[in-house]
Amino acid sequence: MIEQRRGVWYLYGILIFFTLWYMAASLVNLPIIPTPWIVMKNLLGIFIPKILIHGSYSLWRIVAGVILAVIVGVPVGLCMGYFPKWDRALSPIVYLTYPIPKIALLPIMMLLLGLGEVSKILMIFLIIVFQVIIAVRDGVKSIPKETYYPLYSLGATFGDIFREILIPASMPKFLTSIRVAMATAISVLFFTETFGTEYGMGYFIMDAWMRVNYLEMYSGIVVLSCMGLVLFGVIDYLDRKICHWQYK
Amino acid sequence: MIQIKNLNVTYEAMGEGYAALENINLELGAGETCAIIGPSGCGKSTLLKVLAGIIRKYEGVVEINGQPIMPMQQKIGFIPQNYGLLPWKNVYENIRLSAKIKNKKDRDHSKELDFFIQQLGLAGLEGRYPGELSGGQQQRVALARSFLLKPDLLLMDEPFSALDAMTREEIQNVFLDVWRKYSVSTILVTHYVEEALYLGQKIVILSGIPGTISKIIDNPLFGIENIRNHQDFFQLSLTLRKMIKEDWSK
Repeated sequence: MIEQRRGVWYLYGILIFFTLWYMAASLVNLPIIPTPWIVMKNLLGIFIPKILIHGSYSLWRIVAGVILAVIVGVPVGLCMGYFPKWDRALSPIVYLTYPIPKIALLPIMMLLLGLGEVSKILMIFLIIVFQVIIAVRDGVKSIPKETYYPLYSLGATFGDIFREILIPASMPKFLTSIRVAMATAISVLFFTETFGTEYGMGYFIMDAWMRVNYLEMYSGIVVLSCMGLVLFGVIDYLDRKICHWQYK
Repeated sequence: MIQIKNLNVTYEAMGEGYAALENINLELGAGETCAIIGPSGCGKSTLLKVLAGIIRKYEGVVEINGQPIMPMQQKIGFIPQNYGLLPWKNVYENIRLSAKIKNKKDRDHSKELDFFIQQLGLAGLEGRYPGELSGGQQQRVALARSFLLKPDLLLMDEPFSALDAMTREEIQNVFLDVWRKYSVSTILVTHYVEEALYLGQKIVILSGIPGTISKIIDNPLFGIENIRNHQDFFQLSLTLRKMIKEDWSK
């Protein structure tokens, strides 16, 4: 029942988006803003032969970056939250490096790691990992001390505490951090894909723009935002599956 | 059998050491209940934490069946004031947690678990989360979780104080029923004289800062049917109150 309603809301969103787009297109009435219908028709035509490969590349880079950030960020955040010593030692480093605009590091990364996949994935990783570390750390810190006591007195090992308390308790904040970081990650991905690659949505959109092919450019933008929609949808789904206890 | 000899606990705050408990001596036979009553800040909870193996820095001897406190080895059930249920686990998983941690690769406990769920009146609530339960129900879950282990020692920190008067009496009876079946050594901390009288075979009066034992009373009224309605119960609780008042105002 609720699932169905949620789907309906997604449809509403898409409908409103198209309406606004259509209004803008008819207002300007220039080839630079085509109406949604022409773009959708064009998209249907070129999606499989042209866009799919670029979309897959972009998706792979985002997913790889996120997974890497989770693999590194979650354990570090958990340890910083649970062991005050880790927090004292690592917090200054995190605070110092977190505000550096990661995009400013792109040229260095490209020089050091080449123009290939590694520098792009690492870029996404760098953007997401700090948010994950801080969210998970704060998630663990906000667990009341008493939550641990019954487990301590049962003789729980660190592994037990980890599995039964730390991971589930920090999960909601962790998912929120991924949500917050995801939008930035997609924008930065777009930027990195305009350099040194011939695959990826960033390349596709910029290439279409250079060729003054507005229809293809808009098709690319639509695909990119759909990717965002799907990724956010997946995170929301995970949230409902794993963290449903907090909505009770 | 629980034995505490010359227990001293100090804690550090702002670089200075404070005595939390001083020279505590207490003995509790196997299967006995003991109620600790004392003013706030007198170290009641500290004493429980020592027994639970949470505080490990202490001087003196604290033994369960002749062994020093070791949570890995003994079965200690600890119910904190807020019941200590994990909000991300439903009733069934919360109860099972104690067995899961204690007997890692053990047989399955589903039969005993179902039994305790029935026993504590939790049937039908297995799939609920702590956030969906009333205080009384949460307390029942916490009791089920602890009794599932048949612990060597059960510790309860003001277990019934957050409940309304009617629920409190009901849960106290639930506790006594289960306790009678399994006669688990129990130490509970309370600040209600009536609760101490109703649930404690021994009543320990703690006082002052640092916490010291000022009296240990063998409760003659423990376990008598419907004792709460008897004249003796009122009489003794009045006497106790007076005793405590004098004691704490020293």
